[in-house]
Amino acid sequence: MTLTQHDIDQEIAAEHAAYEKRVADGAPVEHHPRRDYAPYRSSILRHPQQPPITIDVTKDPELVELHSPAFGERDITGIDNDLTRQHTGEPVGERITVSGRLLDRDGRPVRGQLIEIWQANSAGRYAHQREQHDAPLDPNFTGVGRTITDAEGRYHFTTIQPGPYPWRNHLNAWRPAHIHFSMFGRAFTQRLVTQMYFPSDPLFPYDPIIQSVTDDAARQRLVATYDHSLSVPEFSMGYQWDIVLDGPHATWIEEGR
Amino acid sequence: MTKIDTSRPEAVLPTPSHTVGPFYGYALPFRGGEDIAPLGHPDTVTVHGYILDGEGNPLPDAFVELWGADPDGNVSTTDGSMRRDPASGEHLGRNGVEFTGWGRIQTDADGHWYARTLRPGARGHSAPYISVCVFARGLLVHLFTRVYLPGDEAALAADPLLARLDEARRDTLIAKDEGNSTYRFDIRLQGEGETVFLEFQ
Repeated sequence: MTLTQHDIDQEIAAEHAAYEKRVADGAPVEHHPRRDYAPYRSSILRHPQQPPITIDVTKDPELVELHSPAFGERDITGIDNDLTRQHTGEPVGERITVSGRLLDRDGRPVRGQLIEIWQANSAGRYAHQREQHDAPLDPNFTGVGRTITDAEGRYHFTTIQPGPYPWRNHLNAWRPAHIHFSMFGRAFTQRLVTQMYFPSDPLFPYDPIIQSVTDDAARQRLVATYDHSLSVPEFSMGYQWDIVLDGPHATWIEEGR
Repeated sequence: MTKIDTSRPEAVLPTPSHTVGPFYGYALPFRGGEDIAPLGHPDTVTVHGYILDGEGNPLPDAFVELWGADPDGNVSTTDGSMRRDPASGEHLGRNGVEFTGWGRIQTDADGHWYARTLRPGARGHSAPYISVCVFARGLLVHLFTRVYLPGDEAALAADPLLARLDEARRDTLIAKDEGNSTYRFDIRLQGEGETVFLEFQ
């Protein structure tokens, strides 16, 4: 039996309804996906069945997880945050600039930390050998960027609007255009890997990965905002995307970096 | 929604996690990610293992990040894990002298990973351990666990986390000594022998 979009749509709707009922019955809002989200088929054999063991970090401020690895200027190069300048020629596609702030749950900026991104090219093809779907590679675009957040927790990338692309979760499955983001916080507990989407993508309702975030408001936080004031005249379309890291950190530690 | 109003604490809500997907391999792994220990350091240990799914099949598309203290129990604040060459833009690798405490290692086609790092020292109330964060295609939120090294039974018995676990589950967090300072640590994401995963609050 071929798994169709209709089958997945029904599963997504059932998961969403089950979440809404849990919240209506008094369960807390879920900001993150559940790891066992069957509409995304790859999750089925890759999620733990035992509940996680909770560690109360206030009982031991010496936990190594309350500290974060450090990254600095020697871990990036000056043009790492401009994905359009990594080859001899100009990449094909619509140039965009993506910027925002890296924040903790208290709304404080996370300074001097590493943000890494990767993405498909404008045709929806990743520069990965296992990705062989019928779309062209761009010899002038790899799709990898890095930056260190500034004193206000800000980051800034110049890149190309990624294309949507097909995948094999089910028949005619397409991923909405997105940029993968990886972040470090002030503590290893705040580690985050996620994906940033673009406003009003018609593929959102069909995609089990974005729909794995069953809370409607939380899902919206994965979508960047188009900001005309960030568009650069005759150069790029501007998007803003602020990122809030979850997870506890040691608030009593002076920021030494 | 994605301009966060930091003047209203109730509006500062976390950005949801997503899977790394299958195609991070040309972006996140870097040369020397597994060689965390300074070259020739006498306290070097090798930690290695497989990452397995609910059917016992190894994951060829996963990676781990290791984060641990130095042998004196100090946490590194040194950068330079992924040094770059400003001329070519390529990865230079670590300098072989400094200890950053952090590494990133992808599984190979057999689902196997290894790292050479320094034997961690004890901190706070815990027995010595290396923090591990697991990422994979299919894993919507990364998973934290810990590698405890065997040997000091008294320290392991006094560890607040290990003390809370029954013996079978506890054993999933303690690496097997294979001699020559080499330790085996398999990560089972699901099912029989499922590794203990952690949540921090």
